[in-house]
Amino acid sequence: MASIQYREIEGRSGAYLALLGALGALVLAGLGAAWLMEHEGHHITGMTNRIVWGTPHVFAVFLIVAASGALNVASIASVFGRELYKPLARLSGLLAVALLAGGLAVLVLDLGRPDRLIVAMTHYNFKSVFAWNIFLYTGFFAVVALYLWTMLERRMNGYTRRAGVLAFLWRLVLTTGTGSIFGFLVAREPFAGALMAPLFIVMSFSLGLAVFVLVLMAACRWTGRRLGEAVLGRLRSLLGVFVATVLYFVAVQHLSNLYIARQHELERFFLLEGGVYTALFWLGQVLVGGVLPLALLFGAASRGALAAAAACVIAGGFAQLYVLIIGGQAYPQQMFPEKEIVSSFFDGVVASYAPSLPEIALGVGGVALALALTTVALKLLPFLPRSLADGDLAHGGPTSA
Amino acid sequence: MSPERRQFLAWGAAAAAGSALAPGLRLVELAQARSPEEAASKLQRWGLLIDVTKCGGCDDCVTACHAENGVSGHGRPETDAQWIRKLSIRDKRTGYAQTLPLMCQHCEHPPCVDVCPTGASFKRDDGIVLVDKHTCIGCRYCVLACPYGARSFIHEAVSGQKADVPRGKGTVESCTLCVHRVDRGETPACVEACNRDGGKAMAFGDLNDASSAIHRRLKGEASSQIRADLALNTGVRYQGL
Repeated sequence: MASIQYREIEGRSGAYLALLGALGALVLAGLGAAWLMEHEGHHITGMTNRIVWGTPHVFAVFLIVAASGALNVASIASVFGRELYKPLARLSGLLAVALLAGGLAVLVLDLGRPDRLIVAMTHYNFKSVFAWNIFLYTGFFAVVALYLWTMLERRMNGYTRRAGVLAFLWRLVLTTGTGSIFGFLVAREPFAGALMAPLFIVMSFSLGLAVFVLVLMAACRWTGRRLGEAVLGRLRSLLGVFVATVLYFVAVQHLSNLYIARQHELERFFLLEGGVYTALFWLGQVLVGGVLPLALLFGAASRGALAAAAACVIAGGFAQLYVLIIGGQAYPQQMFPEKEIVSSFFDGVVASYAPSLPEIALGVGGVALALALTTVALKLLPFLPRSLADGDLAHGGPTSA
Repeated sequence: MSPERRQFLAWGAAAAAGSALAPGLRLVELAQARSPEEAASKLQRWGLLIDVTKCGGCDDCVTACHAENGVSGHGRPETDAQWIRKLSIRDKRTGYAQTLPLMCQHCEHPPCVDVCPTGASFKRDDGIVLVDKHTCIGCRYCVLACPYGARSFIHEAVSGQKADVPRGKGTVESCTLCVHRVDRGETPACVEACNRDGGKAMAFGDLNDASSAIHRRLKGEASSQIRADLALNTGVRYQGL
C-alpha cells in the first residue's frame, strides 16, 4: 500500500460555510431548548413521573452508543491489522470523540439541575453504573485523543497499535456500562438482565459504522476525494454482518421472554398490543432497521444502496432505542401480578408520552454538535486521506496509520 | 385501721407514686426522641405496618401527607409530585378488590440508593431513605430504579414550602417517613391521620424494638412485602394483601 497522504479539507467554500452555519443554528436551537426546559421546568416536555427519560435520552444514548461503534474502523486497522482500514482510522477516531461529545451534551443539558454538573464530578457513589460511566466517558475522550495523537504524529506511529488496543478495550467496557444502565434496573422487566450489555455492544457496531459510512461518503463527495469500491465493498459487508447480529440479539431477547410465563404480558405489549411501540418495533426497528438494510447491502452493490442502507440502520436504531427506553418505561411496573391496578399515579396502565418540541430540538442539537465538531476538525487537522481510490490503496509499501 | 382509712392511704400512695414516676416516664419518652445533634442509629429501623383489611375508601393519609410536607399540585397529575397514593387493586379472575396506600417502602437494600451517581439518594442508619436536595442533579435514574413508582421528579417551581421539608425544581423527592416528625418523637402524618379520621389501618414503629407494638404484631401475625421477590427487605409491611 502506498504511503497514505492525509490532507485537511479546504473549508472555504460557500457550501462548507453553509453546512457549518446550518449545524450551528441547530446547536443554538438545542441550547435554547435546554434553557427553556431548565427555566420552565420539565413539565413543558412530554416527560412525566412515569416516563422520566424521554426523547433526549433516545438521542443521547444513540450518540454515545454510535460513538463507541464509530471507533471500530480504527480498531480493525490497529488491533486486527487490516491494512485496508488504516486510511480510515483517523476519521474513525475523530467521529468517536465528536459523537460522544454530542451525546454527553444532550445528557447533561437534560438533567434537572445541569448547573450541578460539578457535584456529579465531585460526589461519587461507586455502586452506581452512572458514576462508573462518568469515568468511562471522560476516559474515552482521553484514550481516543491519545490514540489519535499516535496516528497524527509521525514520531508516535510506533505506539498506534498499543493505543488502539487500549481504546478498543475501553470502548467495549464503555458500551457494557451504557447497556448496564438499563440492564441493572432490577425492577424493570423490559430492561433487567445481562443481555443489555452485549446487545448495546452489537448495536454500537452497527450504528457507529452506519454513521461512519455516511460521514465518509459525504466528506469524500463534498471535498472531491475519490472513494474506491475496495473500501466501500468492505464496509458494505461489515455493516451487513453487524445488522444481522443486532437482529439475532433482538430475536434472542424476545424469544427468551416468550418462554417465561411472567414475561408474556411484556411481550404481548411490545410485539402485539403496544400501539406506537409495536408499530415502531416491527416497522422501524425490524423492517427499516434490519430487513431493508440487509436487502440493500447484499442485494445491490451501488453506492446509493449503501448510503440508503446506512440511513435505514440509523433510523432503525432510533426506533429501537425509542421502543426500548420509552416503551420500557411506558409498560407498567408489575407490583401485583394478576391484579388490575387503578391509581392517581396511572399505575397499571401504559403511560402516555409524546415527544415535545424542546426535547426534539435538544436531541437534534446534540447530533448537530457532533457533526459540527467533525466538520471543523476536518478543516483543522489532516484526518482524511487525499484519496481512497482503489489504485491508491492497492499497492504494498510503508503506511502511516 | 378502718377499711376506709386503709383505702384512702392506698389511693394516696398510688397518687404519690404516680406523680413521682410520671415525669420520669416522660423523661424516658423524651430520651427516645433524638436531639438534633444526635445521629440516627442502626439500633432502630423505622417502619410501617398497614392492615389492608381496615383500609377503606378514604384518602386521609394522602391529604395529611401532602399538607404536612407542603406538597401541592399544579393540576397536572402526570407531572405533579405524589409522595403517597391510594391504589385500588382488583383480582383479574375473581374480581376481589382491595385498596391500600403506597409510598416509599424504605428498603434495607434500596435500588434508588444503589443507582444514584452522586450519593444524593441515601439511607439513614435508622432505615429511612431520603434524597439530599443539595447533591441531587436531577438525573431521574432513581425514579427508573424504584420498583414502587414511589419517587416524583419536580417538574416545575414549587411554592408553599415547609421549613422542615425543603423541595426544589429539577430534583427528585419521595416520602421521607416524615423524618422531621420522627426525629421529634412523633409519628408520620399519614399514620396519625389514618388513626384519627380513617380506618386505623396504619401503624408506625421501630421494627427492631422487641417491645414495640409493630414488632410484636409482625412476630405474631402474617404480613407481606410488595415485590418480596426482589429481596429488598422493605420497611413498610402489609397485612391482608
